[in-house]
Amino acid sequence: MMNKWLRSLIMALGAIVFVGCASSTQTQPTEAPEPLETAESAPAPQLPPSEPPAFDAEGNPYVPGTMRVLDRGIYFDYDSVVVKPADLRALELHAEILVDNRDREVVIEGHCDERGTRGYNLALGEGRADAVSRFLTSAGVFTSQIETVSYGEERPEDPGHDEAAWSRNRRAVLIYK
Amino acid sequence: MRYLEVFIFFKLMFFLALFFAFAPKISAAESLGTIIIDAGYDKRTSIAIVPFSIERSLDNAPEIADIINFDLARSGYFQPLGADSMLSLPTVAEQVFFRDWRILGIEYLVIGRIVGGLFSDPRVIYEVYDVYNERRMLSKEIFVSESRWRDVAHSISDQVFEVITGIKGAFSTQLAYILAVNLGSPSARYMLELADSDGQGSRTLFSSNQPLMSVSWSPDGKRIAYVSFENGRPGIILQNIATGSRKRIAQFKGINGSPVFSPDGEKLAMVLSRDGNPEIYVMSLSDGRLRRITRHHAIDTEPSWAPEGDQIIFTSDRGGQPQIYQVDLNTNYVERLTFRGSYNARPRLLPSGKDMVYVHRANGLFHIAKQSLDGQSFHILTETTLDESPSIAPNGTMLIYATQDAGRGILSVVSMDGRVKYRLPYISGDVREPAWSPYRDFLLEGQ
Repeated sequence: MMNKWLRSLIMALGAIVFVGCASSTQTQPTEAPEPLETAESAPAPQLPPSEPPAFDAEGNPYVPGTMRVLDRGIYFDYDSVVVKPADLRALELHAEILVDNRDREVVIEGHCDERGTRGYNLALGEGRADAVSRFLTSAGVFTSQIETVSYGEERPEDPGHDEAAWSRNRRAVLIYK
Repeated sequence: MRYLEVFIFFKLMFFLALFFAFAPKISAAESLGTIIIDAGYDKRTSIAIVPFSIERSLDNAPEIADIINFDLARSGYFQPLGADSMLSLPTVAEQVFFRDWRILGIEYLVIGRIVGGLFSDPRVIYEVYDVYNERRMLSKEIFVSESRWRDVAHSISDQVFEVITGIKGAFSTQLAYILAVNLGSPSARYMLELADSDGQGSRTLFSSNQPLMSVSWSPDGKRIAYVSFENGRPGIILQNIATGSRKRIAQFKGINGSPVFSPDGEKLAMVLSRDGNPEIYVMSLSDGRLRRITRHHAIDTEPSWAPEGDQIIFTSDRGGQPQIYQVDLNTNYVERLTFRGSYNARPRLLPSGKDMVYVHRANGLFHIAKQSLDGQSFHILTETTLDESPSIAPNGTMLIYATQDAGRGILSVVSMDGRVKYRLPYISGDVREPAWSPYRDFLLEGQ
């Protein structure tokens, strides 16, 4: 129990330091910090006396210590399979939840935007799912807990045809079984 | 001011003439669901297809001449004359007066009639004439079983096209494609569709609430291979078109994609990532045995067979960006084929085996390009922005591809020199991944 609490704290601290570094080196021109990061980098200051449920009714994990469902979409740059720094924290939390709950399994879906050929995008989507899978396994998740599937560009989240739609479609999604 | 009136009169006559010249063509097009012919050859061959006479007992027969008219017009090689402009309407040889057609500048004439049907199948009898040389080039008779009027009309188009151009016609062919509806919503649905080469008579071969993709024809036109996610993961399905029977032939861990029949129909090239990353494999269809063709940690995908079956060209990003490579199946020697631009993918070889078409990105836009394998010639054939999935007609004169219009997936056709373009009729939903069938002779089909 103690061990688990300590590890959460260390990981949260690590993320704060990491986000801090990333924003100071990469997003210097923008003055205000991005609201999403502040929301995520605000860890629960104290654990409530009795542990809250780790998952909602559909089986999706909460951000540890809160009743907020953890983001399950990881978004990528065009033609890239590299997880962006902004999504590392969420993936760390997913890894933590899967390590703590060895009976839980995830399907990682890889998706692409509509640009480029369908066969190539099927491969690109697999690259995205694999990148997320590698992150989770390196953080201690068993490979037996993970299944990957690429849908290429065949199942867009947003059926639009502009950059706003494309950026929503270039994604990996963690589906808890 | 007299000359002004004369001028206006002539102008009026000009527009009237234009109207009569084009009106029949437009109505023919509308009856077929609006194919838009964007452009054609500068010097198209003039031809007149006289409305076929129909015996009264067969008044449910469609106007076959309209279908032939439209086939020949969309080929880009021909400029058919509207029936309203014809000076006579012959249906038998004795009624043909070459002078009537010469003064209209018509080079070729097609006449025909539909007869019989009381105790046997109705027959279509038709003849093709060379007007300037005043000779009959072709005279044929076709029985129409099971009311397959459209098939008969396309078959006549094939014959007319071949006897005049020397190129085998491909109007009797079919198109397979994927139709997707309600994308981005829980009610998304994907359908494998089959239609005539003019987009008419479509029917659904398979339907799923999970994606379907990558359609490929067997060389005998009897089977179709495609990718289906119906059980939540991509698998390769073989489906018999006539019986509808389906067989899953590949469902390995990871990607099972891009199936393509070998020219002899005995093997299927495909992409599997079961060994860690996407590689090209060849499966023997008789025993299911797999042979791995590529070995590289980069993406290898989208195979296409050379006509002799001894080479495969494919997309690979082994050089850091998607480009097209060729692998020799005897020596496994791999050679890069594309060097223009930073995105070249999804190649298809022409029947000659000397040229290929593929998706080429230029200035952020995706077009269909044609290139000789030696790299000497290179042409961009299409002008729209998200062009993909080129599939070549069996006679190599045209290709069909998927693109978008007003945010909807549509199918377009372009001639191999890029000069003739037309769109297939609109269908509600997104249409994509067309696959042009091999030649088919409906008269030999035992249906």
